[in-house]
Amino acid sequence: MTEPALLSVEGVAVDLPTPRGNLRAVDRVDLQVGAGRTLGVVGESGCGKTMLSRAILQLLPKKAKLSGRVMFDGRDLASLDPESLRKLRGRSLAVVFQDPMTSLNPVLTIGTQLIETLQEHLELDSHAARQRSTELLAAVGIPAPEQRLTQYPHQLSGGMRQRVAIAIALSCEPKLLIADEPTTALDVTIQAQILDLLAREQRRRHMAMILITHDLGVVAGRTDEVAVMYAGRVVERAPTPALFKKMRMPYTEALLAAIPKLDAAPHTPLPAISGRPPDPTRSLKGCSFSPRCRYAAGSCYQEKPALAGSDAPDHQYACFHPIGAAAGIHA
Amino acid sequence: MMENTQTHWCDPLLKVENLVVEYAVGRNTVHAVSDVSLQVARGETLGLVGESGCGKSTLGRAVLQLRRAVSGRVLFDGQDLTAMQGDTLRQMRRRVQLIFQDPIASLNPRRRIGDIVAEPLVISGVKDPEQRTRLVRDVLGAVGLDPDLVMGRLPHEFSGGQCQRICIARALVLNPDFIICDEPVSALDVSIRAQILNLLEEMKARYGLTLLFIAHDLAVVKAVSDRVAVMYLGRLCEVGPSEQVFATPAHPYTALLIEAIPVPDPDVRPAESVAVGEPPSPIAPPSGCRFRTRCPRADARCKEEVPELRAVAPEQFVACHHPLIAPG
Repeated sequence: MTEPALLSVEGVAVDLPTPRGNLRAVDRVDLQVGAGRTLGVVGESGCGKTMLSRAILQLLPKKAKLSGRVMFDGRDLASLDPESLRKLRGRSLAVVFQDPMTSLNPVLTIGTQLIETLQEHLELDSHAARQRSTELLAAVGIPAPEQRLTQYPHQLSGGMRQRVAIAIALSCEPKLLIADEPTTALDVTIQAQILDLLAREQRRRHMAMILITHDLGVVAGRTDEVAVMYAGRVVERAPTPALFKKMRMPYTEALLAAIPKLDAAPHTPLPAISGRPPDPTRSLKGCSFSPRCRYAAGSCYQEKPALAGSDAPDHQYACFHPIGAAAGIHA
Repeated sequence: MMENTQTHWCDPLLKVENLVVEYAVGRNTVHAVSDVSLQVARGETLGLVGESGCGKSTLGRAVLQLRRAVSGRVLFDGQDLTAMQGDTLRQMRRRVQLIFQDPIASLNPRRRIGDIVAEPLVISGVKDPEQRTRLVRDVLGAVGLDPDLVMGRLPHEFSGGQCQRICIARALVLNPDFIICDEPVSALDVSIRAQILNLLEEMKARYGLTLLFIAHDLAVVKAVSDRVAVMYLGRLCEVGPSEQVFATPAHPYTALLIEAIPVPDPDVRPAESVAVGEPPSPIAPPSGCRFRTRCPRADARCKEEVPELRAVAPEQFVACHHPLIAPG
């Protein structure tokens, strides 16, 4: 990429004070997303992926301490006053959450919520805003959009609510959409529809997207680049095809192997990852994955491996004993 | 039909016959389970798949008589559970246990693990405390927990995966014959999910269990099931051996579910919008075939006539007027 990235996350760390001590939810993360590109952020619960998205949106809990820099569209988000931040969010930086009920107001109609957003950010008059709302609902695949405008969120199904949340997020033509587990609460057939919808609207609008998910299957066909997170850090990062072709970080490999495969015979034991993620309030001396890693040895227990490049320039991983190295590919 | 399959059907452990479960919501009736018949052979795992609201959990509860059926029978080891009440039913329930989706919510937060796992023993009248402790220690060890470390602790001290192990221990402590697993891994992370699925398989072999495995995730169901039953809006669409159903689905809905699974391989392009629309409400299900409103093959007949379950291949049954494979 020669042009500067649309979003650049530089050394971002998030610390949360807890009764049991400081919890480092995000640990010095660097990421870039170019205009119109899709970055997948993959990890299990508690790995810091949601805190990272909140850090980007500057929507962290009050007690949280953010360090590092978030550059969006040439501006440092931490330096903006609340008013300009509010204008930015919803306008050029939009978000879709896992549970649409958390982002939709239960006592306002769908129409009021959409029209309000359009009037607030785009300064449309009420007629134009209404017209635009109907178009948006139609674009996200909601049948009879005109009637839906008068309905309340509880009158819609989960899939329909998520479509409405997406319509609101897209309403002001954002440059970047953060989709945080957008389909986790939905059924499989609806999940496929929503992911298709996001992909279609993204292409049409040349919008950048960060797709946050726990499912490697979801990012495989739908992202340009993937960042795998574990215990607050990015542990592997690569263009999607390269990552799936050759995983270097043992955690990524183990995560993929643990997903049941449709082409495997019934009762095939799954290669499970033993143990569980480390307690984030206790800092671990070595690599955070070392207690569960089958390749861990010596230095893995002593120091944290840095996220570094390999033979392929775009492919970075944080591991002393990457997969494939033992076979002599990489000394 | 093949000979070996013939033999195990003579004596199914669980037989559900024409089960109908409905419940009232305000002035409306939810048709949760409509005329479902299925059987589970001894030592078998039957996977029950479907999307939320399809009635799969209600069916599981109706088997245990936690929700009484409007009509139909549930035969467990030859005895009709729907006709049983009080003590007889309670005695029978010792042999059938249930594991839920949310392991943390299904453990009493104020009781110690040792007591939680011992509770079924207390209820079923094991009076000797030493015997109870011995049984609890055995079963905790079997599910991979150290009895000395966990028995005195409270549920909040454990992660979701460990709580599910405790729930499994509680289900196993009475040495049941049959366990209904209702979405046992859907609240767990990928890396923990594999551990619990492997544990269920181990326990099945060790305790000689028969399982009804209810889940919405087809890949998970396939990993553990000998046969699968697919439900849609209260009705059974398709039943058959897992591998066969996944390789050659006969019902358009089964095919749709399989296509919708995201494949962790960037070379496999996701099928563009395989599914049309959303499931209709179980309060007013469509006439005829309930899947017809989303089905690419639906015609006038599907609107008029409820499709009966019929054989399309050995052991594979489908309820569809226009199945994807020709009836054999």
